[in-house]
Amino acid sequence: MRAYWELGKSSFRRHSTYRTAAVAGAFTNSVFGLIRASLLLSAITTAGGAIGGYSAMEAATYVWLGQALLAPLGLFGNAELAGRVKSGDIAVDLSRSVNLTASYWAQDLGRAAFDVLPRGLPPLIVGALVTGLAMPGTPGPYLLGFVSILAAVSLNFLGFFAINLLSFWVLEIRGFWMLYMVLMNLLSGFLVPVTWFPGWLLDFARATPFPSMLQTPVDILAGRTDGVESLAMVGVQLLWLAVLLVVVQVMVRFGSRRLVVQGG
Amino acid sequence: MPIIDVENLSREFQVMEPAGRFRRRRKTVHAVRGIDFTVEQGEAVGYIGANGAGKSTTIKMLTGVLVPSSGRVSVCGFNPVPQRKALARKIGVVFGQRSQLWWDLPLQDSYPILGAMHRMPEADWRPRFRELADQMDLGEFLTTPVRQLSLGQRMRGEVAAALLHRPELVILDEPTIGLDMISKEKLRQFLDAERRDNGTTLLLTTHDMSDIQRLCQRVLVVDDGAIAYDGQLTGLAEVAGAVRTMVVDLATPMHSGVLFSLPDGAVHEGIEANGIRHSVSFDPRRLSAATVLAAISSTAEVADLSLHEPDIEHLVRQLYGRARG
Repeated sequence: MRAYWELGKSSFRRHSTYRTAAVAGAFTNSVFGLIRASLLLSAITTAGGAIGGYSAMEAATYVWLGQALLAPLGLFGNAELAGRVKSGDIAVDLSRSVNLTASYWAQDLGRAAFDVLPRGLPPLIVGALVTGLAMPGTPGPYLLGFVSILAAVSLNFLGFFAINLLSFWVLEIRGFWMLYMVLMNLLSGFLVPVTWFPGWLLDFARATPFPSMLQTPVDILAGRTDGVESLAMVGVQLLWLAVLLVVVQVMVRFGSRRLVVQGG
Repeated sequence: MPIIDVENLSREFQVMEPAGRFRRRRKTVHAVRGIDFTVEQGEAVGYIGANGAGKSTTIKMLTGVLVPSSGRVSVCGFNPVPQRKALARKIGVVFGQRSQLWWDLPLQDSYPILGAMHRMPEADWRPRFRELADQMDLGEFLTTPVRQLSLGQRMRGEVAAALLHRPELVILDEPTIGLDMISKEKLRQFLDAERRDNGTTLLLTTHDMSDIQRLCQRVLVVDDGAIAYDGQLTGLAEVAGAVRTMVVDLATPMHSGVLFSLPDGAVHEGIEANGIRHSVSFDPRRLSAATVLAAISSTAEVADLSLHEPDIEHLVRQLYGRARG
């Protein structure tokens, strides 16, 4: 366990050395937040005050929470493992006395922990100043929201890790990566809340782990769901976590057997 | 029980090669073909061979990174692939062209992580780290991020990383590649002392004959995936009929080597630079370099000289009596 703790800590430190990148990222997240918020707000005004249960203020809060969580949750993924398979450096990872998945997972949690403040806070501040935020006044949603964020970070990690692991079988994973990004952006509720989807698409989204990766923590943090409902949603997240963990472990098991390490 | 026990080990790869404009054909490449060898505790073994001979493939199978096609491997009593994590606590691996350090962190930050991975308490790894840092002279760049280290500095850091947990067996895949003479020598001295003091078993692949001469009593020569020679280094030179070459620069040009009264066993090989540079090869079992030099100096004034040892590719080539690229 200590190895994973050290790996997480080291990853936090590694990311903290790239402060300019963090500032640039926070700026971009905030600017895109302004664009997304103005689009949604004009849509809501045209629709006459509310869409799918979201008032103007609630829709803005949804946008800003999404923009704030974007980086910490790791919604853009990380292709490090695939890169290391390509270069052959995977041999170093495999000759360490740690579990491959757990060591990358620990490092991703360390990254997420660093990203919370520099990447999460600026969009929320901009949001609070420009449109205002509708946040709950009780501690419950924040506590459960924290658990939900942790689960969502892990789900995003495992999803991208599975795509990375495809590099054990194929030389180039870009196609799979693109497909995954398109599905994830839409079905996680990043573009519009999943409850705005037509019925059939909503049903489809709910049969995938994607809403658990963003929509769930955003809804819980914004206080859109009551305690029991929030708990059930976290339960769904944990179920998906178990499923993805099994998928990834099976992939590592079979993949590393057929892996041919590149280079001398 | 031998620390490495390899029996009839083979590995083949499937590669696609073009066959016509659009079609591709599957081709089987035999990287390692049924090799057998054992290494005992405390031995220092050089594993040598030309590029593409199958050295790295063997090392990958020994460390559990690559699944053998057939045959049996046992390292420190473990079956490497299924018991890879347990094996990693017993062995140290240095891949000369890869890094096990954390690229964007200061060098010293890698060791607490490695200590934790090997489940060593701080009271155990910290003193060992100080000892290694001291012996390898890591002091002045411990706080430098790994990405900013010179190759020689990084390699010393890598070797310290591989030895932190006092492994029984250290496998080094071209540890001195790209290092300057001083860094190479430092590394060799350290490895030699480590083996003598702690009984650590060493297995190294290299293209540098002097690594082998300084560190190993035994060499395994692999050629085209099979073991071509297993025994003492001196024996290898004998089997292959290795010759040393002396290159002399003369003070005044001479346009023929006939005037040198070379002793039996020395051959004038050629002239370069308008008669200034002459090369003479000689059989080291029959003649010493001093004898050859004395013979040349008796007829011409020598301004400069250098000695060239037979390289490994050359030895292997001679061993097989055929030319390889």
